[in-house]
Amino acid sequence: MSQVLHTPPPTTSAPAKTGTGTDLRALAARHGLSVSGARPSLPEYVRQLWARRHFITAFATAKLTAQYSQAKLGQLWQVMNPLLNAAVYYFIFGVLLGTKHGVPDYVPFLVTGVFVWTFTQSSIMAGTRAISGNLGLVRALHFPRAALPISFALQQLQQLLFSMAALVVILLCFGVPVAASWLLAVPVLVLQFTFNAGVAMIMARMGARTPDIAQLMPFVLRTWMYVSGVMWSLDRVLADHRDLPSWVGPVLQANPAAVYIDLMRFALIDSFHANQLPTHVWLIATGWALLAGVGGFIYFWKAEETYGRG
Amino acid sequence: MAENDKNAQNTQIPTVIADTVDIVYRVNGTGGGRGSATAALNRILRRKQAEQAAGVRKVHAVKKVSFVAYRGEAIGLIGTNGSGKSTLLKAVAGLLPVENGRIYTDGQPSLLGVNAALMNDLTGERNVHLGGLAMGMSREQVRERYQEIVDFSGINEKGDFITLPMRTYSSGMAARLRFSIAAAKDHDVLLIDEALATGDRSFQKRSEARIRELRKHAGTVFLVSHNNKSIRDTCDRVLWLERGELRMDGPTDEVLKEYEAFTGDKAPKPKPKPKPAAKAPTPTPRPPNQPQTEPNDTKVPLPS
Repeated sequence: MSQVLHTPPPTTSAPAKTGTGTDLRALAARHGLSVSGARPSLPEYVRQLWARRHFITAFATAKLTAQYSQAKLGQLWQVMNPLLNAAVYYFIFGVLLGTKHGVPDYVPFLVTGVFVWTFTQSSIMAGTRAISGNLGLVRALHFPRAALPISFALQQLQQLLFSMAALVVILLCFGVPVAASWLLAVPVLVLQFTFNAGVAMIMARMGARTPDIAQLMPFVLRTWMYVSGVMWSLDRVLADHRDLPSWVGPVLQANPAAVYIDLMRFALIDSFHANQLPTHVWLIATGWALLAGVGGFIYFWKAEETYGRG
Repeated sequence: MAENDKNAQNTQIPTVIADTVDIVYRVNGTGGGRGSATAALNRILRRKQAEQAAGVRKVHAVKKVSFVAYRGEAIGLIGTNGSGKSTLLKAVAGLLPVENGRIYTDGQPSLLGVNAALMNDLTGERNVHLGGLAMGMSREQVRERYQEIVDFSGINEKGDFITLPMRTYSSGMAARLRFSIAAAKDHDVLLIDEALATGDRSFQKRSEARIRELRKHAGTVFLVSHNNKSIRDTCDRVLWLERGELRMDGPTDEVLKEYEAFTGDKAPKPKPKPKPAAKAPTPTPRPPNQPQTEPNDTKVPLPS
């Protein structure tokens, strides 16, 4: 017994033991085998991702439905949740702090801001945990990992569409007229989704390497929310504080969250005029979307083969 | 057995080649002794050097393993608990990065299992769709196979359970559905990790039959199991891993004989190959606590 057990693995195990590596590599090359777990090229990666598009949508929808499946009111929470959220903000900022003075159509203004912001916020939060929170999935199945952050961003988009349905009702209740400009909401959502998915991918890579980032993000996001004019009009606040350095205004207004929120307000609320938007606003919105979307995708892909280690 | 492989090399096409593969796990937060918060900070500030010092432990799970698997082979992976079998399988599937060495594969090896993609709050029906898509099937393929999957799982034998959320299933039912979904797809290189252990007896029989069928379609099958009988029934070659090292590689009978001697399991009785005779998968009691049995630490100096 001990004889065999003493036998060192090299002699017992298979053919190409003589020259370490080279023979096996040659054998692999001769039969056209590829390295397992290697990162595919960028075009190939895009192709694989496209092939998994049905999985991405199915996964997003499944997550969305699973979210409230144990609740008695079920899917009604999809709409209730954002509405209650908006109600809380209205109570604090509109009533208690009086930010609503001087903002026409304050309720539609606030609700639009909250909904659009929530979309970005939850996409980023979900993106941060996309890999680190789904290690089981990553370690069990083979698919381009970018499917996860994109799927989470898509889930949030679906969630937003529910909220938008509620928003339309609110707009009509507060006497905001239906206008052709409502159609602008579609390109805004497309741009914002691209931006969110991109940032989600960036955060997914960072969160996969350092899970601690998930603890930090709520604070970063809250700060971002307050400087993006979700509950107040940046325009008006800046006008009240003329002593601020001159670059603060343009910077705040060009930050992606503020851009998408204001564009959505411009599209939906007729008392929100174009002169409240920064100049070249569509250009800025597209720029942010492309920068985050393409940059985030490449950044995420660069570490594709390392996800799931640990 | 070396010449056996040499012959094989001449006649057969390799599908998986492992070339001196090392796999290392890094585990955070095991820093004992000193306050682990400072250790963590230390780790963040001085990445590489501090790794050993500050709480990151390396676990060398697989050490310099090399083998070549050929088309048409069914290969069993055996070894005591924690010997690196599942880890090696995941690396072959490309799901775990290797530290050193390379693994070459023909096509995309897939691990049999979809557990992680399924959601307990969704109905069985939606999980079948989700699981199928997660494995890379197209929507049409999933639709075609749907009925087959449900029938195979036998979920609907006792009523219309497939339309209930999976959290309402008994653990056995859930395991059956998972296996049925996972086994619905044909694979080039199929990796199975103790999948045979699920379900009641009649389901076990069906799954064994299904695995044999998958084997026919698949180029190469790897099976990790502690059940020596199912290894004997399905595999013609066995890799024996011990402490991450490849201890033996050869025909099933030879390797299993040594392995059984090693684990002290039915050692004295030289077991002639129990050919199919009784096909019923009587769950041969898996020797519990194998690693503690004598030979492991005492008699056997492992080449390290």
